[in-house]
Amino acid sequence: MTRGALRITFLVFLTGAALAPAATAATNQSQASLTDIENDVMCTSCRESLAVAQSPQADSERSYIRGLIAQGLTKQQIEQNLVAQYGEAVLGKPPASGFNLSVYILPPAILAAGLAILAVTLPRWRRRTRAAAAAAPATGPPLDPAEAARLDQDLAQFPG
Amino acid sequence: MRRFAIPAVAIAVAAGLLALLAFGVAHQGTSSSIDASVARGDYPMAPHANVQLPILGAAGSQSLAQLRGKVVVLNVFASWCGPCKAEAPILEQEQRALANNDATILGVTYLDNSSASETFARQEHITYPVVRDVSGNFVRSFGATGVPETFVIDRRGRIVALRRYQLAGNWLQRTVQPILAQRS
Repeated sequence: MTRGALRITFLVFLTGAALAPAATAATNQSQASLTDIENDVMCTSCRESLAVAQSPQADSERSYIRGLIAQGLTKQQIEQNLVAQYGEAVLGKPPASGFNLSVYILPPAILAAGLAILAVTLPRWRRRTRAAAAAAPATGPPLDPAEAARLDQDLAQFPG
Repeated sequence: MRRFAIPAVAIAVAAGLLALLAFGVAHQGTSSSIDASVARGDYPMAPHANVQLPILGAAGSQSLAQLRGKVVVLNVFASWCGPCKAEAPILEQEQRALANNDATILGVTYLDNSSASETFARQEHITYPVVRDVSGNFVRSFGATGVPETFVIDRRGRIVALRRYQLAGNWLQRTVQPILAQRS
């Protein structure tokens, strides 16, 4: 791939990344679909995604969502309506407030802590290993010429 | 000393995460302690008695504390629940008897949307008050795991009987009758 082609690919990627939030926002504002909403909300009695839940409560929830879609509500409005009816537990992603904040803060914090520990310990381990290797005594006396010649003969018997 | 700093931090982080997990699990789970207490005859006070719950299909709210002095049959239900539909006539019939004895049934909708609950109440000709527990916290504080569930609360606000499944036979009548006779 030429440098020019690489640049174009990179620009296309950047443009896509920049437009992705706008596209998501547009989806939120446009007519919602049941499939789209099902993926983001929970069946509150079965505690699984509504997209896969099979229960009377899930059916009731779907029916309620269909009614809201028929009213022409956007996805965001429908989700707000669902929260008003079923509580925050209906959302697949908990809101970023209170105890729920830990869901958003902890994973990156743990990752950062892990990387920090590695950043500190890896160079130390490498330094220690190198120092140990440098300080290690020779493993044995050097071969005398006769033994070296015999070793060469033996090795020559093996192809490759 | 510095040699132990990193393992100490790692252990502290792991312990913190375990504590967080334990906290989450403890607050997710339901309790069967109410059942055990009632079975022992050590009747617990109804939890969250001061919580105001919105009245279904009307403005205003209602709490258990406001009904203190009355015998309350708290029935947790949802419109999508078959057994709830099956027991609705029993509850409505009992309500007529309770209303004359300074007692009432109080329906609580759980995991249900208000329009479906209202349709259910209309179709089942429910005349007793019904409130909505949107967050589910009130119902879960009774150790409820599903619907229907029924709790009998005496005039002092104590849970004196409960049934975790559909009402059957004349359980409600048999249970409530002696409690009605008690004065606070």
